[in-house]
Amino acid sequence: MKKLDRNQMAARVARDIPEGSYVNLGIGLPTLVADHLPRGREVILHSENGVLGVGPRPAAGQEDEDLINAGKEPVTLLAGGAYFHHADSFAMIRGRHLDFAILGAFQVSASGDLANWHTGGADAIPAVGGAMDLAVGAKKVLVMMEHLTKKGESKIVERCTYPITGARCVNRIYTDLAVLDVKPDGLHVVDRVEGLSFEELQRLTGVPLKKLATAA
Amino acid sequence: MINKILESAEAALADLPDGATVMIGGFGNAGMPAALIEALIARGSRELTIVNNNAGNGDTGLAALMKAKRVRKILCSFPRQADSWHFDALYRAGEIELELVPQGTLAERIRAAGAGIGAFFTPTAFGTDLAKGKETRRIGDRDYVLEYPIHADYALIKADRADRWGNLVYRKTARNFAPIMAAAARCTVAQVRETVELGALDPETVVTPGIFVKRIVRTGATLRKAA
Repeated sequence: MKKLDRNQMAARVARDIPEGSYVNLGIGLPTLVADHLPRGREVILHSENGVLGVGPRPAAGQEDEDLINAGKEPVTLLAGGAYFHHADSFAMIRGRHLDFAILGAFQVSASGDLANWHTGGADAIPAVGGAMDLAVGAKKVLVMMEHLTKKGESKIVERCTYPITGARCVNRIYTDLAVLDVKPDGLHVVDRVEGLSFEELQRLTGVPLKKLATAA
Repeated sequence: MINKILESAEAALADLPDGATVMIGGFGNAGMPAALIEALIARGSRELTIVNNNAGNGDTGLAALMKAKRVRKILCSFPRQADSWHFDALYRAGEIELELVPQGTLAERIRAAGAGIGAFFTPTAFGTDLAKGKETRRIGDRDYVLEYPIHADYALIKADRADRWGNLVYRKTARNFAPIMAAAARCTVAQVRETVELGALDPETVVTPGIFVKRIVRTGATLRKAA
């Protein structure tokens, strides 16, 4: 079995983002998706802090303190991009104008509950940012995460043990092992990595999986 | 003649009392009104309630206000960051109250205050720990949480240019919370890079009309050297 690395995961997600989409990329792993969108495919990236048309990182020395993304990293603006204030930015999110939110996660449940904001640990300082707005607002919520924790436990669970970000909000899960659709009757396997059988994937995953009719 | 332009940040905050609720614009360092925060620290106001997206980065700006222990409570969406050590220490010591608000709800609560809205229902956070104890309602086929506006005594914001009537234009993502905070506070103070003659700002591009702004302080370019 060949696990996907972070860039391969990002490339796999990028394949599914059609031209013309308005997309918000979460901090961390999802940010990599931008690097894998094919040249020439026009996808408009949204950032919570008030930008549509986020472009690539500027060259060294060209950074502008007034032009950053939600991860507070310097970015550029594409021709056709626009700036707006925070209430408008979240109207775009909450008002169901974004086609995709691509988010990282600690856990996703079989019914599509998302946990990605807080470990709930006694000493952990909670921070939520825009995660709860994105979870309920985007037309489609895509999660990117490793399939297993460092200890080898499935991050796809029957019920989230971490505090949830949103209930029944995830549409598709991309892991380093598989792509899974969240449907009313459970999780459907869309894709598996090379050399990973359905049975082995099922053994590694905390909840029952269904074979998608079209999946090999 | 209306002239909202004051000679100094100190003069602009001279009546800011202890216990005030102060909105501070900025998302990280973009749009952070550093000169006004310095003046706030120098003024010595205590027991403040602060509204900002974050809880300070590094050692300057809002972080310095935290370090000086002037903040009783903060409303924000994302306090925990790699460089939020001053907030982290106060929080762990139980010396600051945190009201954690999802970012879109924070923005809308601020907007609602400025727009005279009494409360609103949002789908954000329904079913999560951040909606615990809050009124909810099912409207159509969705569940919503009732949220109330956040009013402030002062808003300290940063804009790029202003005229003496208080009309503001911003620069890039430094705009973020400033326009909605300007409307939500009784007294909005804007630090700006440049002041221009009345009529020099294209009225089609004014983002914050002067009705929302009480005081202007010109600080010149405050951008730090590119990292």
